[in-house]
Amino acid sequence: MLDLTYDAPKPKVIAGAKHDWELVIGLEVHAQVATKAKLFSGASTQFGAEPNSNVAFVDAGMPGMLPVINEGCVAQAVKTGLGLKAQINLYSAFDRKNYFYPDLPQGYQISQLYHPIVGEGEVLVEMGPGPHDGTARVVRIERIHLEQDAGKSIHDMDPNMSFVDLNRTGVALMEIVSRPDIRGPEEAAAYVSKLRQIMRYLGTCDGNMQNGNLRADVNVSICRPGAYEKYQETQDFSHLGTRCEIKNMNSLRFIQAAIEYEARRQIAIVEDGGEVVQETRLYDPDKNETRSMRSKEEAHDYRYFPDPDLLPLEIEQAWVDDIAASLPELPDEKKARFIKDFGLSDYDASVLTADTDNASFFEAVAEGRDGKLAANWVINELFGRLKKDDREITDSPVTPDQLGGVIALISKGDISGKIAKDLFEIVYTEGGDPAVIVEERGMKQVTDMGAIEAAVDEIIAANPDQVAKAKENPKLAGWFVGQVMKATGGKANPKAVNELIAKKLAG
Amino acid sequence: MTDLNTLTIADARDKLRAGEVTSVELTESCLTAIESAGKLNAFVHNTPEIALEQAKAADARNGADAPAMNGVPVGIKDLFCTKGVASQAASAILDGFKPEYESTVSGKLFDNGAVMLGKLNMDEFAMGSSNETSTYGNVVNPWKVDDRDLTPGGSSGGSAAAVAADLCLAATGTDTGGSIRQPAAFTGITGIKPTYGRCSRWGIVAFASSLDQAGPMTKDVRDAAIMLEAMCGFDPKDSTSADLAVPNFEAMLTGDIRGKKIGIPKEYRMDGMPADIEKLWADGQDMLKDAGAQIVDISLPHTKYALPAYYVIAPAEASSNLARYDGVRFGRRAKLDAGDGITEMYEKTRAEGFGPEVQRRIMVGTYVLSAGFYDAYFNRARKVRTLIKRDFETVFNDGIDAILTPATPSAAFGLGEDLDPVQMYLNDVFTVTVNLAGLPGISIPTGADAKGLPLGLQLIGRPWEEGELLNSAYALEQAAGFVAKPAKWW
Repeated sequence: MLDLTYDAPKPKVIAGAKHDWELVIGLEVHAQVATKAKLFSGASTQFGAEPNSNVAFVDAGMPGMLPVINEGCVAQAVKTGLGLKAQINLYSAFDRKNYFYPDLPQGYQISQLYHPIVGEGEVLVEMGPGPHDGTARVVRIERIHLEQDAGKSIHDMDPNMSFVDLNRTGVALMEIVSRPDIRGPEEAAAYVSKLRQIMRYLGTCDGNMQNGNLRADVNVSICRPGAYEKYQETQDFSHLGTRCEIKNMNSLRFIQAAIEYEARRQIAIVEDGGEVVQETRLYDPDKNETRSMRSKEEAHDYRYFPDPDLLPLEIEQAWVDDIAASLPELPDEKKARFIKDFGLSDYDASVLTADTDNASFFEAVAEGRDGKLAANWVINELFGRLKKDDREITDSPVTPDQLGGVIALISKGDISGKIAKDLFEIVYTEGGDPAVIVEERGMKQVTDMGAIEAAVDEIIAANPDQVAKAKENPKLAGWFVGQVMKATGGKANPKAVNELIAKKLAG
Repeated sequence: MTDLNTLTIADARDKLRAGEVTSVELTESCLTAIESAGKLNAFVHNTPEIALEQAKAADARNGADAPAMNGVPVGIKDLFCTKGVASQAASAILDGFKPEYESTVSGKLFDNGAVMLGKLNMDEFAMGSSNETSTYGNVVNPWKVDDRDLTPGGSSGGSAAAVAADLCLAATGTDTGGSIRQPAAFTGITGIKPTYGRCSRWGIVAFASSLDQAGPMTKDVRDAAIMLEAMCGFDPKDSTSADLAVPNFEAMLTGDIRGKKIGIPKEYRMDGMPADIEKLWADGQDMLKDAGAQIVDISLPHTKYALPAYYVIAPAEASSNLARYDGVRFGRRAKLDAGDGITEMYEKTRAEGFGPEVQRRIMVGTYVLSAGFYDAYFNRARKVRTLIKRDFETVFNDGIDAILTPATPSAAFGLGEDLDPVQMYLNDVFTVTVNLAGLPGISIPTGADAKGLPLGLQLIGRPWEEGELLNSAYALEQAAGFVAKPAKWW
């Protein structure tokens, strides 16, 4: 079904003082599952509620309270796994990850260490315009597991106290773990974007990074050119450098900046004869640097063990099949189809399939019309106009029908491209049926050859000097075209005008 | 009418239905008994207002169709969360904690018409075999020898003492490694730990989640059948609760055990077992044989590894379950010094809120789960657990209907003997296997030691066959005819 083939992008190379270095990057993406209720309680997941209002007894770790799995969250994880062409594990189990923190009321996070619900999959990450244009990286997914989110500690409301908001406590997260297949900062950002796109298509995560609904821990190491290929052959990590993990990034821009900084930091250490220490680091966007959060020695001992409050999660293949049958068309397939069915360029198809709202708007416009023309109008005119007004496609004042109407008028030759832009602006600001507007306002292109010829003759007759000059220099014919267009209020068919003038001047 | 508090559930039920007594009279009789039994230290939070209100409601509801527990006054172990009533698992760390919710089991009992007299003492977080780890101080066994104060056993020591001393008609208990059966044996009453998953754990303060199970502690087997039926059943709020129908357990008490195969596991014959226990066990076998059962020697080869495995798994789960007692949201928070941060708050709160036995188990549990030790301890213990389960499956598959063992290795011992922890843990030697395998087990008094202290035998049944198990116990109870009661000294 997917007949697009791409070359892999070249890995990012950073020149150190002594050598060239390559980057090796793996990501753990935490995606909040789009569901109404939390992973193990009936409390709401709504963002922005009053602090501590979306909290069930079990979320607050009250004595004797027990978790009960929310089937909806499991279905969303399975859906996501299917969207990443991954193995769905019919048997999975929950483990407790133990550590103390005030926003973790139970004293442990329920997660899936030993038996995740989703196993290996892969994501095709196309690189956008730029140095890697036209290339794409296949990033292998190691696993996806379900786990609880923690609450929020607030330290800046009181000089002596900290406050805790448990609204987010227990909200379901999918942790999507990649293999170290990502080779540069742009690739890392493109990978997160692609995951986000797929999950938005699936409706399994809203992908809102600002709200923290999509966050990434980024593992970065450096190696000399050639070493990565050895790792690929053997899957032996000793060919790679020591990695550092940069925690909790919630912006694509910061992810890129942090990787860039971290790689250069590691290169400087190694070239200076030092060794990179495996540790967890935090990125400070204000200073654009990463700082050590805790070393391997200081790392928590999470004392994972199977959660005795929960039975292993066993699901039926038939249930998985039902979910698979209900999957929407995914970005890769949609893009391939747009290229094939509408004759779009790879770039246009990518833009139009960036999200499902764009894609369905385009499809409605293109239905039964010139696909390429529709793509141009959606991307260049509509998106541009919406952007100017800071509007989303979902509240576009122009409906697909209206834009389709404009395009149909162009295709029929009723209006020129220039008039079409005026017409679009009228439809955008005033609304109405394009065909009716064109009629009522006399915007229709004049294709009546007699009328055009009359106008041409009139201009030629009135400007003998210009005619003489134009006969010597045919380039001046454009002046006559302009005059005729002016005289016809821009409605004359420009092609017909051009031809007529050339003929008359030559004659 | 006096001494209504000495009635069994079954007798009280019949008298209530017949209109011979009212629940208010029954309840008042128990409240009076409780008031004069301070020396036992069994009840730690009395709820007379709730009791009388519930009793009045029960009387209003009384009739031939009233549920079995309607109007029956009971005590609730402090481990159960009871709405609006102090529920602190006998721990200082839960000082002042009054839940806004009712545990499923206590809620079911109240729905069935039971009357709550108050909360019962226990070992702190159900960790102990002598009731001496309670923040409320120890319970005293109503049975006495040579004027010595004895332990009622633990952890459900308050429940056992209250039932044995007729402070209530019955009580709830919980059993993680023997916490119902051992105190039942030490006080001459009946206690059943149902199959894991039979009673909901929702609203019961967790000790070791994969082992904890609630059960009734009663004056006889019939009462155990009546009360268990009222307590158990599927609860969607507990993922480990079994979605199985609850049989009419009482109707299964025919006393007919002819042809039943009773297994006698050779591994339970310990070196240095007191002669009294040996004799009790042999007598029990004779009684069952006389009742028509077939006595079969069996082997449960991994029994000797059960106690060590239990004392890895239970503390491991406890170390995680008890992490929530951090002083942040409820219960006790230590007074902090200027400059103290969150770490100091945790350390000080937990150091002063948890008693030494709880602290010991948290540390053991933390250790056995820690990186580098997980496989050697926790994982190995889980494997042992699987083998122990398989031991039982094998004998049940071979046609054994129930297994007879002593309930405890001795009679009740003295309070304040200051046993070392490992010696204390040995109390659970006959009972922990049942929790590890998730099976139902019942302790019933069948005799006394040379000094007259009650002794109990344990019957272990097939999973989900509490009815059959209760019937075997009923036959044994009939044969043993143990009716002795402690002489009132309190």
